[in-house]
This record gives sequence, C-alpha cells and structure tokens, in this order.
Amino acid sequence: MQAWHFSETAYPYLPPQDSYPSIRVSLPNKHYDPRKGAELWDRYLKEWQIAEEEGMDIMLNEHHQTATCVDPAAPLVLAALARLTTKARLLILGNPIANRRQPIRVAEEMAMVDVLSRGRVEAGFVRGVPYEISPANSNPVRMNERFLEALDLIVKAWTNHDGPFSHEGRFFHHRNINIWPRQWQDPHPPVWVSTTSSGGARQVGERGFIQATFLTGYQATRRVFDAYREGWRAAGRGKYVANDRLAYAALVYVGETEAEAHAGAEKLLWYVTANKVAPQYANPPGYVPVEANVHMLRGAEHPLSAFAKAANVEAAIRAGLMFAGTPDQVFNQIKRHYEYVGGYGHLLNMGQAGFLEHEESVKGIRMFAREVYPRLKEMFPKTAISGQYGDVPPEPPEESVLKSSSRGIDLTRDGPLATALGAGS
Amino acid sequence: MKRSEITIAGCPIEVHEAGEGAPLLFLHPGGGFKADDAYLGLIVKGRRLICPSHPGFGGSGLSDWMDSVDDIAHIYLELMDRLGIAKTDLIGCSIGGWIAAEMATKTPERFGKITFVAPVGIKTGPADQLDIPDIFVMPPAEVPKIMFHDPSKFVSDFSKMPDEALATMVRNRESLALFVWEPYMHNPKLKHRLQRITNPVLFLRGASDGLVSANYLAAYSALVGGSRIETIPEAGHAPQLEQPQAFADAVNAFLAA
Repeated sequence: MQAWHFSETAYPYLPPQDSYPSIRVSLPNKHYDPRKGAELWDRYLKEWQIAEEEGMDIMLNEHHQTATCVDPAAPLVLAALARLTTKARLLILGNPIANRRQPIRVAEEMAMVDVLSRGRVEAGFVRGVPYEISPANSNPVRMNERFLEALDLIVKAWTNHDGPFSHEGRFFHHRNINIWPRQWQDPHPPVWVSTTSSGGARQVGERGFIQATFLTGYQATRRVFDAYREGWRAAGRGKYVANDRLAYAALVYVGETEAEAHAGAEKLLWYVTANKVAPQYANPPGYVPVEANVHMLRGAEHPLSAFAKAANVEAAIRAGLMFAGTPDQVFNQIKRHYEYVGGYGHLLNMGQAGFLEHEESVKGIRMFAREVYPRLKEMFPKTAISGQYGDVPPEPPEESVLKSSSRGIDLTRDGPLATALGAGS
Repeated sequence: MKRSEITIAGCPIEVHEAGEGAPLLFLHPGGGFKADDAYLGLIVKGRRLICPSHPGFGGSGLSDWMDSVDDIAHIYLELMDRLGIAKTDLIGCSIGGWIAAEMATKTPERFGKITFVAPVGIKTGPADQLDIPDIFVMPPAEVPKIMFHDPSKFVSDFSKMPDEALATMVRNRESLALFVWEPYMHNPKLKHRLQRITNPVLFLRGASDGLVSANYLAAYSALVGGSRIETIPEAGHAPQLEQPQAFADAVNAFLAA
C-alpha cells in the first residue's frame, strides 16, 4: 500500500453559508484575501514537505472558481513541489482535460515538471466535476468522448520522439505535434484517471491506467473496481490485476486518543459540509446520462448529498468515506474496507480540510505515517492481486468505529466550523 | 398527426404531418415538439403541415458528428428534397427560428413566407452582456418566470409523467445544450448572412418574453430587409402555447395576405 497526503488547499475564511447560494462558480472573490491566501499556501506546501519527510507521497488537485480548492492551475503548484521536495512521488489528480482546449499544452506541462522533478510525476486526468463546466465554458455534452480523445493524444505526444505528427480528431486538431522537453520517465509518467462510475472505470481498465475513486464507500467502490478489472481482462491485459492499478480516496485522521481523533475528524468533514452548490451548477444538461436524470426527477439523491445533510464522523466511518480514530482503529477500518472492495494499492489520504489547523494536520500526518502506514505496507504489498474479496460485511468492525460519544470538543455548537457554516446564527 | 421516420446522413429524423395543401414547414422550439398542442390545429387549415423533430429531440436520432444549428439546417434542406418539397412557407420558434434563418440564408429561393417566433441565433449587443439570458446557470425556479407570461399555467408534475416523457424532456434539454452552448445561442456568422433573406418575413414575439427582448427582435428584424414585427399580448417566449388563438390569427393573416 502506498499512501498519498492530499489537501484540497481550501480557503475556509468565508461569510456564513446561508449568505451565499453557492461556494462554487459564483462566490465573489472579494471574499478572498490574498494575504491570508499566501499564508495558507505557505502551510499547505509545508504540510506536503512534512508528509514527504514522513515517507508519504504527495497528491494535489485542481478546481476553478471555488473556495473549496484554491488551486486553479495545479501544474504550477506541482512545479513548485518539484523543487521543494526531493523524493516523494508527485501525483496531480488531475488535469481536467475534457475542459482544456489544448491537450498538447497539458502534455508539455507534465513533461516539464517530470524533468524538473527528475521523474517523479504521476500524471492524473479527470473529466472534472459538474461545477467545472461553467468556469471553463465547456460543453457538458460529450465530455467523456473529449476526455478520451485528449488522453490518448497526450500519451501519443509523450511517446513520439521522431519529429512532428498530426492529429485531426473529432474534437482536437494539431498539425505539428513535437513536444519539448520530452518527459524524464520512459515511456511516460504513470497515468491515473479518477472516476466514480462503473462505465468510466471499465474504460480505464481497458487502457490499463491507474484508477482512483473518491469517497465511494463500500459497495460503490467494489462496483467501480470490479468494472475496472472487467475492462482490464476484456482488453486482454491478463487474468490478474495488481493492486497498484487501483486507488481509493478517503478522509483520514489518526489521533493518539479517540478524543483527539474525533476532533480532527470532525474538522475534516468540512470537505463534505462546506460544498454548498447551487443546483444549476451541480447538474448541467448532459453531464449525467438521461436515465440518471430521470431517477433524479423522481427524487433519487446522490449518496454524498444525502450524507452531507447530516454529516457526522461516526456515519462517515460506517459508510467508508472516512478512516479516523486511534492507530488500531484506523488500521482495522482500512483493512475491512480493503477486504470488502477487493483490495487497492494506493490510499489517497484527504488529511487536511477547512479549519484543520497546521499543527493538527501535521499531527494527523505523523500519526498515520508512523503508526498505521508501516502496518498497511506490510499487510498489503503492492504486488498483491486485487479482486479477492474477504467474506466480510460492508462496514468496519464495531469496536473500530469512532463513536460520537468519543467526541472531544463540540464543534457543532460554537467552534469556528459552526461559525463558518452559519450554524450559530 | 401522421408520424414517419426518414433517415438522413445516417440519422433517423421523426416527422409529424397533417393536412393537405401548400406545404408549411414548422420548426419546434427547444422544449421539443408535441403533436397535441392546440395551436397546431389552428394553423393547419388548408395546408400541409410538416413538423420534424430536430436531431437529438423527440423521436429523432443524433449522430456523433452533429453539434451545430448549421448541421440541423443542412439536414432539413435534405429533408425537403426527400419529401419532394421544392418550396415551402416556414415557421420557426426560438431555436427553430434560428434553424429557419440558417436555412433561408442558404437557399432563400426555396422559401415563401417566413415567420420567426422569438428566434435566437444572432449576437447584436455588447461583448460584456448576454443577448439571451443564460438559462443554464439560472436557478431552475427562475427559468419559467422569464419563459412565460403566466408561469403558474405551465407547472410540470414530474411524478405524473411517464418515464418515457421524462426521458424525452431530459434528452431535449441535453441536445439543446449541445447545440447552443458556445457561442451561446448564436452563430457569429449568421447576422452577416441575413441580408440574403428578401422573402416576406414576420417576426412574432410575446410581450412578456424574458428571453428574447424587444430590442433583440428589433435588431434581428433590422437585418432582414422588409420584415415586420408583431407582438402578442399576455404571452412569453412561447406565444404559440400561451396564446394559441392569437398566435394562429397572426400567422394565418400573414400567410393569407
């Protein structure tokens, strides 16, 4: 198991949540103080450096027009990290290439950082969440088709070393593709794709790229990973899929005591609770298939949206969205999840969010890296074969669940989180 | 109405037809075509009314290569050939008006009288202001308010609609997005081509239309020589639905003149 420290690099100092309709797309940037923002960036970069010191690898991502992730140009931060670190792998997950007009530029950026970091780039690609459509003015229809054409073109641009070639595709046109520099890694950086749908995962499996899924809990993760393995086999890549092809992202916080873990874990829930998105940004036409929209018109709700309405640490742990507690508890939560979904080689630790302060974040990183990570590496080597289900229920062992009674400080009443969410007003 | 299907460039196009007489081609708005709408019976008298569903709408297919209103215009010019219609009068509502304008700029001689009902398709205002409000980033509850004079008469109860009708509604909206997303609701070239239309042209607009403004329609009309504008009271963006009789009266008077 390989673990990656991930922060969405949020700007949490916002007015009460009920004073704005959406934290995404339309929240005016007058609420962003660049001085406070610069201080945040100092500490977020520092936390990644500390994660590297602790033997973890690094993951970052990109969003636009939002306070939840103030990194609209992730390759820039990736370049900074290339020079601030020396040994950690640098995962960008990812480049929203269905919203990029020029995939070749993305191939160039990744190659550039791969050289700057002497071959430490892990190049991730995402279709992009629905609220990225408006900032990019991108057509929400046929995103998957654009995504796949762009991805194949990027890989081709990386692997061509004999002068210009042309691409006249459905969505992209280039007559002279010949990127400089060429990337350090040969044939190219590992390619990651994130998707939370079975159809998407199958396509990733067919291509053999690394598949990441975010906050999909027990059942949905198993479905996504199953689909990946199906695609892998259907494309003739072999009977077995190694663990290192699959990644799971969860909220992770490890404390010395249950109370300390609970306090940190509760702050991590900001990821879910702060994501107030106006409906018109959350579901642009064509983003999800027609049948899915019919279900929604009939009242079906996305599991994460339903969860966000009554988010709490215990429920998040039971659902497999969060691994939090003492080292033993967290190890057992991850072990159960791993066994239920059939195994994965990468854990993407969403280990910092919202008002989780620097010291608390560092404490969580160190506790995980020192007390949990070595056991995960030993028990789940990356050479293990995925798809071997344990005969286990889709929930963590009862004694490993961090209960609400183990809560340290009651942040729902008068803490900074409650203030930010407008809960006190 | 009689329904048939004609495959053009690999794409099945659904066509509803009624009546006999001189042809009248009707191009539906973004909400799609409904054969039981009242206005259809009021304009059909003595005419052969031909109502195709645009690619991606209703029962029509959608080919991978299609992504512009211009594509639809080409499909419909071929549809006229296939139906043996050398020349026809033309009515287009909203995006249907845009398609009609694209068709008429290509082959004006194949059209008689043209009625544009709250058409979109051109950009005449400043760069920092949308000519047509962005219906895709408006809170969903706001959209009916700009669409209708009296939105209370057009409330859909999804729980009472069959899955098939819901799926068509969702797909129509998806296809609308595909065709109008960027540039938003217009083809930058179209306004430079409208001069080709010297046919008799009527522009119709509901007085309460919050999508196609009076100024927008005036600018559109100014680009089509000899055209005139009529306004239908107590109607929004779809006067054919909100005031079917007044709509039919205006159309019939224009066609009879």
